[in-house]
Amino acid sequence: MVQKLTQWTETASQTAGPYVHIGCIPTFAGIEGVYPEDLGLSPISIAAKGQVITITGSLFDGTGWAIRDAMIESWQADGAGLYAGQVGADPNVSGFCRFAADKDTGEFILKTIKPGPVKNRDGKMMAPHISLWIVARGINIGLSTRVYFDDEDNSADPLLVRIEQGPRVDSLIAKKTAAWQYRFDIRLQGQGETVFLDL
Amino acid sequence: MSDHSSLMPRRREMHPEPYWTDYKTSLTRSPNLPLLSMESTVSEETGPRFGHNLLGSLDNNLILNYSQGKELAIGERIRVHGCVLDETGRGVPHTLVEIWQANAGGRYRHVKDTYFAPLDPNFGGCGRTITDENGFYEFMTIRPGAYPWPNRANDWRPMHIHFSIFGHAFGQRLISQMYFQGDPLIDLCPIAATVRDRSQLDALVAPLDIQQSRGMDYLAYKFDIVLRGRRQTMFENKPEGM
Ligand SMILES: [Fe+2]
Repeated sequence: MVQKLTQWTETASQTAGPYVHIGCIPTFAGIEGVYPEDLGLSPISIAAKGQVITITGSLFDGTGWAIRDAMIESWQADGAGLYAGQVGADPNVSGFCRFAADKDTGEFILKTIKPGPVKNRDGKMMAPHISLWIVARGINIGLSTRVYFDDEDNSADPLLVRIEQGPRVDSLIAKKTAAWQYRFDIRLQGQGETVFLDL
Repeated sequence: MSDHSSLMPRRREMHPEPYWTDYKTSLTRSPNLPLLSMESTVSEETGPRFGHNLLGSLDNNLILNYSQGKELAIGERIRVHGCVLDETGRGVPHTLVEIWQANAGGRYRHVKDTYFAPLDPNFGGCGRTITDENGFYEFMTIRPGAYPWPNRANDWRPMHIHFSIFGHAFGQRLISQMYFQGDPLIDLCPIAATVRDRSQLDALVAPLDIQQSRGMDYLAYKFDIVLRGRRQTMFENKPEGM
């Protein structure tokens, strides 16, 4: 026998189901008056430093259908690459946003500021990126991915360089469509499948 | 040790199968390709924090929060309480816990829920709280009803409450469901069955906590939640290759 490792196991995930909006963004779901407003309406306030950008996209299932019942959360650094809570971070950047696809168009929109490059613990720089976490009916454990930008130098990003198949890197890169506007589509399965992360 | 060490890798075998034949919607919403696994970075090791000033006084009372304290929701009164801890066994203080659920008849207040069990005019179905300095939380609510759902022709969800928990790092983010001790529908449910490890499924089932129940008032159920932990070491913050 040996000493017992006193460790707990993470609680198993379960799907967020079709009614995740009731719990996380109830006003969006039509339940008004319980909270003054939904959590995470915007990751920035007016005075945030940096370039305001808009990211538009859809979330496609394995058949190519833009799903309407997901909830997406984003987490990002401020314009200087610092996360809320870190010393010197911009007090006008919470960095956190919750959003859902429009029920008619199937498109989501994230309005935020462009994050700066982020220094990791080992001193290496990560290219500007926004982390996403996606939950929905049929997704049994939340899916993580990142949004990078096609007008930034992504060549030395420590995560992107780990992706073996060059073309798959594209699935994590938002494409500029106009000044300060980007397109970022997420494909859950199949052709052009987005790279999902486990980190 | 500090908030600046890496997260323990997620033990995916302890989580649901993403692709599960008996849960039909998962078939087109689960990636075919493997996840890219790496050690966590600052982007996963930091996360949003919410203060207690976010909360209204009825936020964690689903019996009262939809009517703003004017009327009681219909159903069996229950108190759900527990601790949010991490894989090292320590309580996770001051973290947001959100829940949502069907009413006592098994109906959600949602345009897409067309089950003919009636809506309760005094039940919205959402609540939230923030854990105390030791990681404890509690809700007052009513026991949700089981409900049928469109999957196979005769599938029923066991009574359950959906939970969303933040922790202190975006990489700890978790959504799960709490089931109730003794519910025979758990073992028939294809969503519960996505968790292949029996002890992990058992850990989603809240026991009746009669000692914490209150006579003539409510039954208590206890539901502890474990989030990913951080490696406890001073040996991480070093230049690369050293
Ligand atoms: Fe449910």
